[in-house]
Amino acid sequence: MTDEHSAEEKAPATPQKLSRRGLLGLAGAGVVGLGVGVVGDRGVLAAADSMSTSGSTTSNASYPFHGTHQSGIVTPAQDRLHFAAFDMSSTASRADLIELLQDWSSAAALMCQGKPVGEFGAVDGPYDAPPEDTGEALDLPTGGLTITFGFGPSLFVDASGADRFGIASQQPAELRELPHFPADDLDPQRTGGDLCIQACSDDPQIAVHAIRNLSRIAFGRASLRWSQLGFGRTSSTSTSQVTPRNLFGFKDGTANIKAEQLGKVMNSVWVPASATPSWLAGGSYMVARRIRMTIETWDRTALSEQERIIGRTKGEGSPLSGGTEFTAPDFAVLGRADKPLIDADSHVRLAHPESNAGTEILRRGYNFVDGNDSLGRLEAGLFFISYQRSPAQFIDIQMNLAKNDLMNEYIRHVGSGLFAVPAGAKQGSYVGAALFV
Amino acid sequence: MKARAVITTIGAAATLLALTGCVPNATSSDASAIAVDSSADACSVSTNSASSGTLRFKVTNSGDKVTEFYLLADDGLRIIGEVENVGPGISRDLVVQAQPGDYFTVCKPGMVGDGVGNAAFSVTGDKVKLAGDEQEQVDAAATNYVAYVKDQVAQLVTGTDAFLAAYKSGDDETARASYATARANYERIEPVAESFGDLDPEIDFREADVAPDKEWTGWHRIEKDLFPPAAAENGGVDYVALTPDQRTYYADKLAENTQQLYDAVHASDYTVSIDAISNGAIGLLEEVASGKITGEEEIWSHTDLWDFQANLEGARVAYEGVRDIVEAKDPELVKTLDTRFGDLEKQLASYGSLDSGFVYYNELTQAQVKELADGVNALSEPLSKLTATLVA
Repeated sequence: MTDEHSAEEKAPATPQKLSRRGLLGLAGAGVVGLGVGVVGDRGVLAAADSMSTSGSTTSNASYPFHGTHQSGIVTPAQDRLHFAAFDMSSTASRADLIELLQDWSSAAALMCQGKPVGEFGAVDGPYDAPPEDTGEALDLPTGGLTITFGFGPSLFVDASGADRFGIASQQPAELRELPHFPADDLDPQRTGGDLCIQACSDDPQIAVHAIRNLSRIAFGRASLRWSQLGFGRTSSTSTSQVTPRNLFGFKDGTANIKAEQLGKVMNSVWVPASATPSWLAGGSYMVARRIRMTIETWDRTALSEQERIIGRTKGEGSPLSGGTEFTAPDFAVLGRADKPLIDADSHVRLAHPESNAGTEILRRGYNFVDGNDSLGRLEAGLFFISYQRSPAQFIDIQMNLAKNDLMNEYIRHVGSGLFAVPAGAKQGSYVGAALFV
Repeated sequence: MKARAVITTIGAAATLLALTGCVPNATSSDASAIAVDSSADACSVSTNSASSGTLRFKVTNSGDKVTEFYLLADDGLRIIGEVENVGPGISRDLVVQAQPGDYFTVCKPGMVGDGVGNAAFSVTGDKVKLAGDEQEQVDAAATNYVAYVKDQVAQLVTGTDAFLAAYKSGDDETARASYATARANYERIEPVAESFGDLDPEIDFREADVAPDKEWTGWHRIEKDLFPPAAAENGGVDYVALTPDQRTYYADKLAENTQQLYDAVHASDYTVSIDAISNGAIGLLEEVASGKITGEEEIWSHTDLWDFQANLEGARVAYEGVRDIVEAKDPELVKTLDTRFGDLEKQLASYGSLDSGFVYYNELTQAQVKELADGVNALSEPLSKLTATLVA
C-alpha cells in the first residue's frame, strides 16, 4: 500500500508548471477569432514578475485536479483559503446533483491549470454575452490552486429525513452531525451544508475566483450557505514548510502530520479501501470549525501565562520540557515543587497523541480577521480544518480539549461542519462519481 | 466563570518581593544581556562584573536537566533574583535592579543541592533608587484581602440560603428578585472560587460550558428555571420546569457547594499570595470583558450588569489592597488606574446600582453596550500590567 501510494503523495510536492493558455486559449481564438494574446500566460507572467496584481508574492506552482486523492489535503498548505458550504436547491434532482458535480469538476480542473472556466473563458466569448469566466484571475499565475470537494450529512438525508437524491443508503455511518462539545456556541448561519468546497492558493484572488465561479455555476442547483476567507495558513503539511503562527502569536501545527510521513498519512488521513460504503475509499473526512479568538484579553495575559497555556515557548516554539521546536514534548519532566514543566491542561499536552490514545489528524487551518464586532473587538480567529480517516479522531481530541484546555478561556467555536471528501476524480470523470454508480 | 489560572499560578516572582530585586521586562531593553550558560556541571557567566542599575541575565540551559539560575547576595544565601523551570535547550531572562556590591551567581541543574559554578559577581557604580522594604505592606495586603474574602463568602452563604429558601418553597417572585444580588458576593471574589478546582464549575457553569458526561448544577441551572426561555431560545424545544423534588435537589447541591467554599476560605491555613490578589483584579475585569459585556453570563435573567458591578467592586478592592505598593514603583500606572476605575464606575452607575437594580442587558442599545465595552478595555489594558509591576 505504502509503495503504491508513495508516488501519489510525492507528486504534489513537485508542482508542475503549466501554461495558463493551453488548449483553451487556442479554442477561444479559433472559434471567435478574438482575444489572441489578451489572456496572459500565468506561468510566464509569474516568471517575469513574482508579484501578483494583488500584491503578494505568488507562486506559479500547480497541482493536478485529477488523481487518486483530491488535492488540497496533503498538498503543502497554501497561504490563502476561501472555504464555502452550499445547500442543494429544494427543486434539485439526483440528475441535477450529478450534473453539478460534473460541471464543478471540469471547471475546477481548468482553474487548477490556471485556465479560465467555460469554453470561451473571460474575454474570448460572444461579444453580446456575459463572459463565462468572471475574469479577476486573468494575468495571475496558477498560484498553487487546489479545489477540494466534500459532502455533508444532509446531502444524504435532509433535516426532514428525506432521501432527496437516492443516496441515503450510501451514507457512511460516521457521517453524522458532530456532537455538542462543551462551550460550543455555534451559529446556524455558519454551520453545516450539503456540500463544501475548500479552495486554497498562494494568492487570495485566485482562491476567491475559484469559489466565485463555482458558486455561479451552481446557481439554480445549489447556493451558498456560508463561507470563510482565511488570510494566512496556520499549519504546515510538508516538512519543506516553516511553521506559521496563529493569531495568539504562537507557532501552530509543529507536530502536524506531514505529507512526507507516508505511514501516518495512510493510517490517519485516507479512508481505507476496505471501508463501507466503498465509494469513500481513498477519500477522507473534513472537519471545519470557525474558532473565534478573543485576542484582546489574550494580549493582556502575561507571557509566562501564555506559554503555560500553550505549553511551548513563544519565540522558538520549543516544548517547555526543553529542546527546540521539533523536540518531542516530554510531559514527565518536573520543575519546582514537582509540577510538570508542561502543564497537564496545556494545549500541547491535551492535543498530543499521547493524551489521545495515539490519535492524530492532519490540520490545515487558516487565520482570519473579518473586520470587527459591535463591541470594537477584532472579529479574529482560526478557521480550523482537519482531515482524518474517521470523524471519531477529531471528536475524541476535541472532547478532550473542550473539557480541559487552558486555552478555552480565549476561544469560542462558533461555526462547524463535517464533510465526507471523496477520492480524487479520474481523468474524464468527476469528483464523487463512485457514489452514483 | 473561568480564569482559574489566575490564582493557581503563583509565579516565582512572588518570592522576590521582599528583596528589592526584579524589574519588569518592559525595561529590560535598557540593559544589555549578560549571557549565562547553565550546563550539566558548569555555570558560565559572560562577565563577572557590571554597573549598577538594571541587569538582564539571559540564561540558556545547555544541559539535559531542568535548571535554575540565582543571583545571591554577599552572604551567599539571600536571593536577589532567580529564574526557575528552564527546560533543556531553553533560554529565559532574569531582570534585576542591582545596587553596587558583591554578589554570587549560581546555577542549579536538576533543581537539587547547592548548585554548580558558584562564582563571585560584583556590581560597581552609584547606588540606584529603589522602593523601600515592602514586606510589611505585602503582609498587610494579604491579611486584609483574606479578611475580605471571608466576609464576602460568609455573606454569600446567608444570601444564598435566603434565595434558596424562597426558590424551594415556590416563591418564585422573591427568588427572582434576590437572584442577582445574592450572586454579587460570589462575583466579587470569583477568582478565589476558581482556585478551588471543581467548585466554580459546580457553582457557576453556564449550560453551554458543561461537558456531555457532566451534570449541570449551580446558579445558572436555577436561573433557567426561574427565568424559563421560550422554545425559540431553547433550541426549539419547550422548556420543562423542574419539579419540587428537582428544585430541592439543585438547591441543596448549591448550598452544599457554597458551604464547601466557606469552609475552604475559613480554613486556618488559608492564605493568598500578593500576586494572586492583583491577578484576581485582572481576572475579574477579564470576566467582565468575556462574559458580562456580551450578555452571555446571564442569558435568561439578563442581569449581567449586576455581575459587572460586583466584578468591578471586587477588582477595585483587590487593586486598592496593592495600590500603595504599586504606586512606589510606578506612580503613572496608579494614576491611570485610579482615573480609569473612577470612569468605569461612573459609567456603570448611570445604569443603576446593586441596591436599586440595573437596566437589563437585553434593554441596552448596541451603542450603550459598545460604550461600556470601550470603558472595560480602557481599564483592562493598563490593569493587565498590575502584577508585573507589583512583583517587580
